[in-house]
Amino acid sequence: MIAILEHELKSYFHSLTAYVFGAFLLLFIGIGSMLYNLQAAVSNFEFVLSFSSIVFVVIVPILTMRVIAEERKQKTDQLLYSLPISTTEVILGKYLALLVVYLIPLCIVSIYPLIFSQYGDVYLLTSYGSIVAFFVLGAALIALGVFISSLTENQGLAAGIGIAAILLNYFSVSLAEYVSATSFGSVVALAVFAALLGLLIRYLTKNRNLAYGVTLVLLLALTVTAYIDASVFEGLLPKIMKQLSLFERFEVFVNGVFDMTGIFYYLSVIVFFLFLSVQSLEKRRYN
Amino acid sequence: MISVEHLTKCYGDFMAVDDLTFTINEGHVYGFLGPNGAGKTTTMNIMTGCLSATQGHVKIDGHDIFDEPDEAKKLIGYLPEQPPLYMNESPREYLHFVGKAKGLHGEELKQQIEKVILQTKIETVCHKRISALSKGYRQRVGIAQALLGSPKVIILDEPTVGLDPIQIIEIRDLIKELGQTHTVILSSHILSEVQAICDQILIINRGKLIAFDKPDNLEKQLLAPNEISITTDAAEEDVCKVLSGIECVSEFETFSDETGYTKGTIKNDHDNIYDVSRDVFYAFAKNEMALLEMSLKKANLEDIFLELTEEKDAAVQIAAEQPETVEPEQQDDLKESEVGEG
Repeated sequence: MIAILEHELKSYFHSLTAYVFGAFLLLFIGIGSMLYNLQAAVSNFEFVLSFSSIVFVVIVPILTMRVIAEERKQKTDQLLYSLPISTTEVILGKYLALLVVYLIPLCIVSIYPLIFSQYGDVYLLTSYGSIVAFFVLGAALIALGVFISSLTENQGLAAGIGIAAILLNYFSVSLAEYVSATSFGSVVALAVFAALLGLLIRYLTKNRNLAYGVTLVLLLALTVTAYIDASVFEGLLPKIMKQLSLFERFEVFVNGVFDMTGIFYYLSVIVFFLFLSVQSLEKRRYN
Repeated sequence: MISVEHLTKCYGDFMAVDDLTFTINEGHVYGFLGPNGAGKTTTMNIMTGCLSATQGHVKIDGHDIFDEPDEAKKLIGYLPEQPPLYMNESPREYLHFVGKAKGLHGEELKQQIEKVILQTKIETVCHKRISALSKGYRQRVGIAQALLGSPKVIILDEPTVGLDPIQIIEIRDLIKELGQTHTVILSSHILSEVQAICDQILIINRGKLIAFDKPDNLEKQLLAPNEISITTDAAEEDVCKVLSGIECVSEFETFSDETGYTKGTIKNDHDNIYDVSRDVFYAFAKNEMALLEMSLKKANLEDIFLELTEEKDAAVQIAAEQPETVEPEQQDDLKESEVGEG
């Protein structure tokens, strides 16, 4: 794992990736600080982070698109399979390297509140609380990016899907207001989700029966629950969309609450996507 | 050293490897021979842990590659068909990474890197970027990577594909050298290569092992009828007359070409082919006809390979075309050019 970590870090800092990522992040947060802290003279640094979180839509996919897709394309994944290291170690090594690349600009950012506090009253606890949350939010998005990169050998495609997924997640709360809140609408949407999940299972395991089985069971459960008590689904879809939004959770921290459930939510998202990435790599061995 | 038991791999309905069983002992060069798509790469990928098997076991020195992957993989160095190189690194950086991943560190890592660089003769290029290296050098870097950690077994998948003749000879010499200290398994679809380097040959076709023996034994085992081909300037009917007069000639064919020379092929099942050639020589001499050329064609690996792998009708077709239209010398040229292209 250490070998992978070291190797990945070397490759990020030998190429432009790490620098472009850092520059973008610092630029956005810099603009945010200019607007909020300097021009508008607001003493809350957390608003800056809330404003800059949209930068993840672009920079996370750029950072993560090549992480596994490139190995596949260059056929270097064969080397990783034949080396005496497990797939979990490969994914963890790569993920930790990405976190280091992400952490370096964030360290620079964490000096800002200290600088601002020299010239006024800055509530440092909320500032640093939201910087920690900002880090975990980014880490969760990076885990998502790693998974997307493991699905394809085309870097461009990985970046495209990544941008679409993160953008959707960013706007899912605003979109939630426009989707149907009726129970019928929710049932239909959940049925579509079940079908999509079936497709994903089929793609990952190449096991048709398992995919059909899972989809069928979910659809059956849906119909039965809808038949017994349709009111359960009332307003469910908007609620789910809000719950799934990684960015919405971050707003809680911005409002000054260090929400441990939020942190655990992000950590479970990270574990979930890293687990899926390991499975996606393992899958290559089985077909 | 390596035992493969009832190995089977299916891709959907397609059986890439079909109930393969064999054992490989320490300290020889083994050749995997088979036409394209015979299952050579699949078998090697399974043996190195890059691919799972549908059924069966692979044991490296007692360690199952599926159950104890780390121990088993430490005993193997693998060079896949396309060398797995990171293009924007130098060979030294690349080897450093692979060595570390194989669990080497500190002074030992440094020594091993220096050793494999010398062994594969890449010291002049080891600071250039890999993307700037020629195919031959990339192949060498790939082999160097496989040698790190001094594994007992080195598995090379088509190590000479795409190289020029000089590079091929160099790589072959390197493989022979490695064969003295390691067990080497290489795959190829080029017969002359396997014949030149390997102590033992495994021929596989459609995922099945169809022969496993020393090259000499394979030849003995499947000796085709000996053939003598002759060229003379006499008329065709005279040649026929003379040949039918020779006692131990059981079967022959003649034809004359535009240049005015008559060529013939004599087939026989006599024990000693030199008895036949002596009789042919005296028969022609007695009739005062000049034998311009006489050559003996024994069964070679090519025939064995064709016989074993091709379908019957295809084999017959090729056997009928080859000996008559291609002179022995030209045949050698053909082999050379095959090597060059391959």
